[in-house]
Amino acid sequence: MTTDSSTQQTPKSAPSPSPRPDRDAADKRGLVALVVLVVAVVALVGLIVAGFANREFQPLTFLSGITDLFPAADSLGGKLANMVIAIALFFGVMGVILLVTSKLESRNGERVQTAAFLLPAVIMISIGLLYPAINNILLSFKNPAGLEWVGLDNYRVIFTDPSQLQVLRNTAIWVILTPIAATFIGLVYAVLIDRAKFEKFAKALIFLPMAISLVGASIIWKFVYDYKATEQDQIGVLNALLKLIGVDTYRFLLTEPWNTLFLIVIMIWVQAGFAMTILSAAIRNIPEDIVEAARLDGVGGLRMFRYITVPSIRPSLIVVLTTISISTLKVFDIVRTSTGGNFGSSVLAYEYYVQSFRSFDFGRGAALGTLIFVLVTPIVIYNIRQMRKLEAR
Amino acid sequence: MSATTAPESAPESTDSRRGRKTASEAAHKALGNRTASAVALVIAVLWTLPTFGLFISSFRPETDVKTNGWWNFFTNPEFTLDNYRQVISGSDVDLATYFINSFVITIPAVLIPISLATMAAYAFAWMDFKGRHALFVAVFALQIVPIQITMIPLLQLYVQPILGIPQLAGPSAPGGGFYTIWLSHSIFALPLAIFLLHNFMREIPGELIESARVDGAGHVQIFTKIMLPLMVPAIAAFSIFQFLWVWNDLLVALVFAGGSLDVSPLTVRLAGLAGQRGEDWHLLSAGAFVSLIVPLIVFLAGQRFFVRGLLAGSVKG
Repeated sequence: MTTDSSTQQTPKSAPSPSPRPDRDAADKRGLVALVVLVVAVVALVGLIVAGFANREFQPLTFLSGITDLFPAADSLGGKLANMVIAIALFFGVMGVILLVTSKLESRNGERVQTAAFLLPAVIMISIGLLYPAINNILLSFKNPAGLEWVGLDNYRVIFTDPSQLQVLRNTAIWVILTPIAATFIGLVYAVLIDRAKFEKFAKALIFLPMAISLVGASIIWKFVYDYKATEQDQIGVLNALLKLIGVDTYRFLLTEPWNTLFLIVIMIWVQAGFAMTILSAAIRNIPEDIVEAARLDGVGGLRMFRYITVPSIRPSLIVVLTTISISTLKVFDIVRTSTGGNFGSSVLAYEYYVQSFRSFDFGRGAALGTLIFVLVTPIVIYNIRQMRKLEAR
Repeated sequence: MSATTAPESAPESTDSRRGRKTASEAAHKALGNRTASAVALVIAVLWTLPTFGLFISSFRPETDVKTNGWWNFFTNPEFTLDNYRQVISGSDVDLATYFINSFVITIPAVLIPISLATMAAYAFAWMDFKGRHALFVAVFALQIVPIQITMIPLLQLYVQPILGIPQLAGPSAPGGGFYTIWLSHSIFALPLAIFLLHNFMREIPGELIESARVDGAGHVQIFTKIMLPLMVPAIAAFSIFQFLWVWNDLLVALVFAGGSLDVSPLTVRLAGLAGQRGEDWHLLSAGAFVSLIVPLIVFLAGQRFFVRGLLAGSVKG
């Protein structure tokens, strides 16, 4: 392996018995760097803790002038400039860190290197994920403004208020129907087009909805569901079909409680491609001798599917089902774009947004967020375990 | 008939390339090839028709789109680009601006977390330090945190930072508020990115790293000269995934752009259009395709990297 010319070349097979002077210098450099790092980290952590403990403690207000150094982001040039500045700032800082620590080689020096590689990510995760998550759970026991403790009141409202109960009921329907339907359709399609002539193209047709935003998907389907009075010309495909067979047109997105089902169709449409891709790969991996043997034993057709195919891809099926349930629990964009959560179609993740950022009931919003967390956690853990089993095979 | 008893009775299937019978072929047979094709065709049509209808509509004149179905295009073809002209540069919709915003949001929100995660993943995979395992498990566990649970406190931190650090959100924020969106997307991407890249890095043979170490290479050299080139496929896979995630995101942008249209991405504008001008299908259809074109190109270009990232990445969010 070639090394940077600036680094010391040490002979591979001749360990020097006595420490050489440049070794000493490297050791000293490493120690100094470590001390500087430890002091800096202690100071930083102390400052952050003090800042959280006492909001009045604001020694860094002099930094406010920095804001003026950034160009205004109200024009094309300003936006691109800000983007370039952000990227340059980031890579500049990371580059300096790498350059400075690359000169270190002793044991202490490597400790500093480790910190340089790890700390930026760890600090971001701690302040941006860990602290907010804990804070949010505490907030869920507080009043709307987030100032007074109210015990379990927010949760009591979620589990007793009729409109909130409807949200929970809708969420349950979403989480049960979407994974099952999407997985079933994905599986059937994967089996049917396996090794077909246009397999790649056929897969792409089902798969493409995965690449587009849920907002885009919702608009596509709102157009399918579009309603006009029966005597008018229809522009939505579904109502045109209803009219064609002589049935009155239907308000697919406004009619409770069935509108929830029509929203779920959008999610199934998006997720089936995911199910198909994963399951199609799994079907290909079924050992041929199993299939061959079963065939010799006189198993065929649907029984083959039921007794050989499905059991063989069981782990993949579970991963697909759980993964889709997780995405479904967090579905927000579809409900917001299609119905705005009106007409009894709201779900947990949408209600979270409404309570937190529309009604500014931070307590209840936090409780809904915590509830999503509580519901998602066991599925994610199960999902990860299955995925590990799958990888181990 | 159980699958476990089956394998012993198949000694003669050594020449497996020729005349192979797969489970799906058996299913084809049972359904009858014609029924199977018909079912597949129905699914394919159901999955394509909604998009196709909107696509056709985006090229039809406004009055046509609003008064009759898109299927009339085939009997009465009238083609126009007015809808696209109006959504892209018309002052009332102005998607060009939001297109730029999406672009400005997405590029740093992909580059920053990937870089940080690659470095952290290297530390977890190949650097020795106390508490490595515990810290890695902690990062791994944080994958399960749904972003909803972090948003209120995170927003409060941006609006009222500690220690008198300048506000990151609000009218006086640097860069008009892009920093909150960049930071949030980066933070949310980190646990999964670190975990995935770590797994890829562990697959690199240890002898490679060891021999470089013996040759006197430090961690920084090994990272930049050996690891990064080997990690290109993994980094590409995650970049594509993160790109699609950020470009298609609505929730993070809604919450952290603080309703400021100066920094809102396409998804926010499009969702707004769908709410305010729900009957203007000539605009909605063209607008939808303006927003779809970039993720579709990225997706088709990086398809081969995508599947693995998809399986592992869907837990995110």
